[in-house]
Amino acid sequence: MNAPVPTDRLASPSPASNVVPGTPAGPPRGDGILVDRVSVTYPNGTTAVRDASFALDPGTICALVGINGSGKSTVFKAIMGFVRPSAGAVRLCGMPVAQALKRNIVAYVPQSEDVDWNFPVLVEDVVMMGRYGHMNMLRIPARADRAKVDEALERVGMAAFRKRQIGELSGGQKKRVFLARALAQEGRIILLDEPFTGVDVTTEGAIVALLRELRAAGHVMLVSTHDLGSVPDFCDQVVLLDRTVLAAGATAEVFTPENLQRTFGGALRNFRLGGAALHQDADRRSLTVLTDDERPLVFYGDPDSDGEGRT
Amino acid sequence: MSMLADWITGPLAYPFMQRALVVSLLVAAVCAVLSCYLVLKGWSLMGDAISHAVLPGIVIAHVAGLPLVVGAFAAGLSCALLTGYLKENSRIKEDTVMGIVFSGMFGLGLVLFTKVETDQHLNHILFGDVLGVSVRDVIETAIVAGGTLLVVLALRRDLLLYCFDPGHARTIGLPVRVLHYGLLVLLALTIVASLKAVGIILVIAMLIGPGATAYLLADRFGRMLAVAVATAMLSAAIGTLASFHIDGAPGACIVLTQSLFFGLAFLFAPRNGVLARRRVPAGTA
Ligand SMILES: Nc1ncnc2c1ncn2[C@@H]1O[C@H](COP(=O)(O)OP(=O)(O)OP(=O)(O)O)[C@@H](O)[C@H]1O
Ligand SMILES: [Mg+2]
Repeated sequence: MNAPVPTDRLASPSPASNVVPGTPAGPPRGDGILVDRVSVTYPNGTTAVRDASFALDPGTICALVGINGSGKSTVFKAIMGFVRPSAGAVRLCGMPVAQALKRNIVAYVPQSEDVDWNFPVLVEDVVMMGRYGHMNMLRIPARADRAKVDEALERVGMAAFRKRQIGELSGGQKKRVFLARALAQEGRIILLDEPFTGVDVTTEGAIVALLRELRAAGHVMLVSTHDLGSVPDFCDQVVLLDRTVLAAGATAEVFTPENLQRTFGGALRNFRLGGAALHQDADRRSLTVLTDDERPLVFYGDPDSDGEGRT
Repeated sequence: MSMLADWITGPLAYPFMQRALVVSLLVAAVCAVLSCYLVLKGWSLMGDAISHAVLPGIVIAHVAGLPLVVGAFAAGLSCALLTGYLKENSRIKEDTVMGIVFSGMFGLGLVLFTKVETDQHLNHILFGDVLGVSVRDVIETAIVAGGTLLVVLALRRDLLLYCFDPGHARTIGLPVRVLHYGLLVLLALTIVASLKAVGIILVIAMLIGPGATAYLLADRFGRMLAVAVATAMLSAAIGTLASFHIDGAPGACIVLTQSLFFGLAFLFAPRNGVLARRRVPAGTA
């Protein structure tokens, strides 16, 4: 794992520009994913997302953060063309969604609950499904396809499990198989729905390392997650969602306690330790811990005072 | 040994038994392939629905002087499309919609049947008449079943991906609507091809049994297909020959043999069978 990741990512305003040469500084232009004033209304009349906009450039990892029912999956569905926006438009690598799908540039790593794990397919069959878009009508794998599958399995460390039926794997291994499928597909845009639920710290680390490699190679990744603590670790952009986009932009600017309070309302557990409870010196900074379920997010210091740090 | 040989060759001395065997084997093969997809997609009831819905089509085609096959196919497909339309435009779940559509169409068929003078026997439509098939029927079945089989096998990977992960199928640009309706059309064609052999009521058994048996035995789709086709064709042969010896209805004998295979797989499947599980402590199987 030799991704050129800056050691102090938070100090740099736009980490993506450190990774992909030639990416212009300044706000993203949406050359990867452009969601432009999108509203989605389901047939039953629910408007799940209203007037949502954000833009992501190649070489970006973006977290999509919001409470249950805030519209994360709906945004994914709009990007994958499963639902048609009632207003606004989505453009992928500059193309309309339908054209982008035909070009096979969108890879999707599904939520575990959406997969039938009893299906009679082996690990290598699933990864090979990532190659279908590159094959002829009969989907007969060529040598190049097999090589890509081998390589993808190696990269996620699942080569030893390739002959296993997919149900005979642990939660983290299952996630890695579908990640391997996305690798084998070689899509420019990779959508990951809750990739860290039910995954231990080691696997999470491996997945994050892989995502960084992909970022260095110029892919755009949109990751929906509840795992707030890991967001600043590896996401350079954040989109905060609550039926619309509350805030979107560089992690350092958007991922603040105020914005998160707005996004999560009362759903977030919030511990603030300050003053005498924290330390016995004249330091006026306080420690804020935000968590919904998994790794807590820790802010050290009053946001408006200097000397802010984050773990 | 020679008793077994006699058991097999005895019936086959009669041309009508030869034709019956050929039709049964063809129908068994194409139903078995389809059944793998139905079992995996959870569409077992869809097979039931389409087969029942075929009845009014047969009667109307008879009145209009069209080939019965055409009427049956049109009716089966309308059932599938109507189900899809009702599901998308109401809050009712798919299985409920199917139940309403196919029982309604079946009822319509029964009413029409009693109102119309036909030379058809209701029993033959319901349970098949494989002993009465003509050479022409054999050829017709071979064309419809063979064509369907070829198309399914050519599309088998795309159809599998569609059943397994429609989301991924869509994102890599596969035409999922075409696959969805294509699978329905192939199902309707399979049912139409099977009417002569097993009839409206029993075709559903042919469309579920082999897939269910193979699902227990195989952990890979290619093998599942092979096992399903093998058990289905074996059942067809055993059932047809047995029906001659015990003077029973061939369709019923075939279905019964398939059920027997399912029972064996349920008990003795090496990984998923009940007995295999008992040998290994729970949780590690
Ligand atoms: N098919 C549908 N028909 C009608 N309403 C829907 C449909 N799917 C989702 N919704 C509604 O849209 C809103 C957003 O749902 P969505 O699935 O996008 O949320 P989410 O952010 O992915 O939630 P979670 O964290 O639970 O996965 C919810 O209020 C939900 O009830
Ligand atoms: Mg969701």
